[in-house]
Amino acid sequence: MAYGGLTVPIIVMSVFWGLVGGVLPWLVPKGPNRGVINTMLVTCAVCCYLFWLIAILAQLNPLFGPQLSNETIWYLKYDWP
Amino acid sequence: MSYRGMAWPWGSWESCGRRLGDGPWSNKVAMGQESWVRLGGGPWGSGVAMGHRCGRRSGEEPWGRGLAMGQGQEWNRARPHSFVAGVIHPWRVSAFERLLWRACRGYLVASFVEMPEPMEDPATGETITWVIFLISYWGEQIGQKIRKISDCFHCQVYPYPESEASREETMNGLHSQIQDLSLVLEETEQYLAQVLDKVAVALPTWRVQVQKMKAIYLVLNQCSFDVTQKCLIAEVWCPVRDLTQVQDALRQGSYKSGSSVECFVQRIPTSESPPTLIRTNKFTAGFQSIVDAYGVASYQEVNPAPYAIITFPFIFAIMFGDVGHGLLMFLFALWMVVYENSPSLRQASNEIWQTFFEGRYLILLMGAFSIYTGFIYNECFSKATVIFPSAWSVATMANHSSWSSAYLATHPTLTLDPNVTGVFRGPYPFGIDPIWSLATNHLNFLNSFKMKMSVVLGIVHMGFGVLLGVFNHVHFQQRHRLVLEFLPEMVFLLALFGYLVFLIFYKWITFSAADSLVAPSILIHFIDMFLFTSNAGNLPLYRGQVAVQTVLVVLALASVPVLLLGTPLYLCCRRRATKTGHHGQVATEEQEPLLEGQEAGNSVNTTKEDVESGGHSPDAEHLDFAEIFMHQAIHTIEYCLGCVSNTASYLRLWALSLAHAQLSEVLWTMVMRNGFVGLSYVGGVVLVPVFAAFAVLTVAILLVMEGLSAFLHALRLHWVEFQNKFYVGAGYKLCPFAFAVDTGE
Repeated sequence: MAYGGLTVPIIVMSVFWGLVGGVLPWLVPKGPNRGVINTMLVTCAVCCYLFWLIAILAQLNPLFGPQLSNETIWYLKYDWP
Repeated sequence: MSYRGMAWPWGSWESCGRRLGDGPWSNKVAMGQESWVRLGGGPWGSGVAMGHRCGRRSGEEPWGRGLAMGQGQEWNRARPHSFVAGVIHPWRVSAFERLLWRACRGYLVASFVEMPEPMEDPATGETITWVIFLISYWGEQIGQKIRKISDCFHCQVYPYPESEASREETMNGLHSQIQDLSLVLEETEQYLAQVLDKVAVALPTWRVQVQKMKAIYLVLNQCSFDVTQKCLIAEVWCPVRDLTQVQDALRQGSYKSGSSVECFVQRIPTSESPPTLIRTNKFTAGFQSIVDAYGVASYQEVNPAPYAIITFPFIFAIMFGDVGHGLLMFLFALWMVVYENSPSLRQASNEIWQTFFEGRYLILLMGAFSIYTGFIYNECFSKATVIFPSAWSVATMANHSSWSSAYLATHPTLTLDPNVTGVFRGPYPFGIDPIWSLATNHLNFLNSFKMKMSVVLGIVHMGFGVLLGVFNHVHFQQRHRLVLEFLPEMVFLLALFGYLVFLIFYKWITFSAADSLVAPSILIHFIDMFLFTSNAGNLPLYRGQVAVQTVLVVLALASVPVLLLGTPLYLCCRRRATKTGHHGQVATEEQEPLLEGQEAGNSVNTTKEDVESGGHSPDAEHLDFAEIFMHQAIHTIEYCLGCVSNTASYLRLWALSLAHAQLSEVLWTMVMRNGFVGLSYVGGVVLVPVFAAFAVLTVAILLVMEGLSAFLHALRLHWVEFQNKFYVGAGYKLCPFAFAVDTGE
């Protein structure tokens, strides 16, 4: 998979959690639980999106690289692309 | 004359036991004993009587002593003799004998024989093999002595008729009586069994009915009689929405019970603080209960539970993040949820199980979020999964730095340099790159990531809490608090800690490996911001940073006196204005919600008396101002200091997730990996107990212990750091009368 940096993942995740938090609440059928379900959807979308965002931004510009043992390097040299 | 061949209905006597009453049974015992006495005494007695006639005394008679027989021949010729017959406890036989011999100096003949079968003692209930005795004596005085002695020894004495014929008669009489009684006992027992069977069927219904009646009477006891002493009056709290339902129910009740007077309900004004009713269903009940455990919401204040439905499992999952463990937790909760209606699950008596069962939806969500955070942390039973190919290319680095096999052999560890083109190709799209789980310095990276994550999430959580306070201010018509409390609180939080979040994100985005050697430390910048100093070695993050930081600090410091003095001064001015206007009742009314709302500063749950503070007399104004000011001062100090300490408190998210990751890694490397060492078939067999150990330890340590620990800390974060910002929690619950069986009872 070609690494596009930040753009592809952020678009995908933003759209997904945007759907969950912004569109699904309108589709919830009317009933006594509608308010609770909408609150749950929005809170869930915000929390999960924020958590993912922190994880990806922390790795965007690493200040140092991983330190690997020589066995690992020897193996990964040939196994990982 | 053999009596051993006789069959007695002993069996039924034993089974009847005491529950049929001592009457017929002890009669039966007595008669049994008597009949034994008769039977046994028969041959011997007649032998004595006729002894002088029959020359033959057979040795097979179990009775009699040679001396007795010999004497018998003499006696009967000379004097009339009498008999005493009875039954004695076997332990007392020797003492009895001795005493008789000494007291009566041989002027008697005593014979003892054991009953062939034991019988139950009516007094104590033990089965004892009684000893039957027959004493032959002559002379009145001896007779009296013997009777006294047998009295002392608690023997049962039975009348012993002289002639054989009367003995036979008595025997037959006794036999028929015994048969009659055993028949009666049998019938009674059968009847009893039938009645008990019928009752067993109806008993649960009766029990429920009795409980219901008791509950109703308990409630009725709380009502009071009216003037006429004919009706009961009760003051109740009722939700306004349900008022028509209550009236309908009362009407129906009066109609059904056929009373002439109808029950009715009437609204009355009160100054008491009403109870809090929050309607929940089986899903939301668990979350509401964890909020209520800290404190029931004050009347009509904002309820944090709907938000806690998601934030609580989410914060738990941050500390617990592991796909494998989350999946196990999720499946366990799913099983409980799917079978939640099964009676065996619902009515288990084990308290710990009941606790888990009550929180099944909570555990379900906790497990689901843990799976998500596990994917982000890239940990599945402490192993990373390579869903997308890793962003770090070892091959490129090796080619660039010519890491030949010889070079590798001499260097145990080597570091990938992100400055080299092609080594780092971009951020991993979903979660933490799997290469970090293979790196020896993975904690360096993870610690930095998790600490910053905890701080960011904490500040967002707390900001959300302050935001929820707006609902309270708007609902209770205290718009001045929006400007005088909410605004300074938000400014303080955002100017200082919102800025910290901004710094974190800014550094992540703008600083890369190219300037890694000179990358500024956010922490030092933050400290310098407060102290208004600068550190030469710490480069600024952006141009004009010092100026911006100064402005922000000044802004934050300026918001403190606004928070401290704003509301009290405003209220003071307003009261003075109304007092000069019209000597107002208005002021006291508005004092009530104000004082209630000011409890927001206290994190300790306030008691009911603080809530029912309505009805201050208008003359204690000076005192009120002091009180209001004091409340506001406490609130200000607690908020400002709390902002700092609570932000640091959120670092437990980092600490616990680190602990969980390390524990699961230890379990893997020390336990499970040893099972893969043997590569033969034997190794395969060894793997089974190793896996068993791994599984047990995973469940016990990682799921149960770590789960409870993360649960506790997530709860603390909610109760203290989050609810501190807006929640009062000084209410009391509405406890309506209901027949639904409480699971606690």
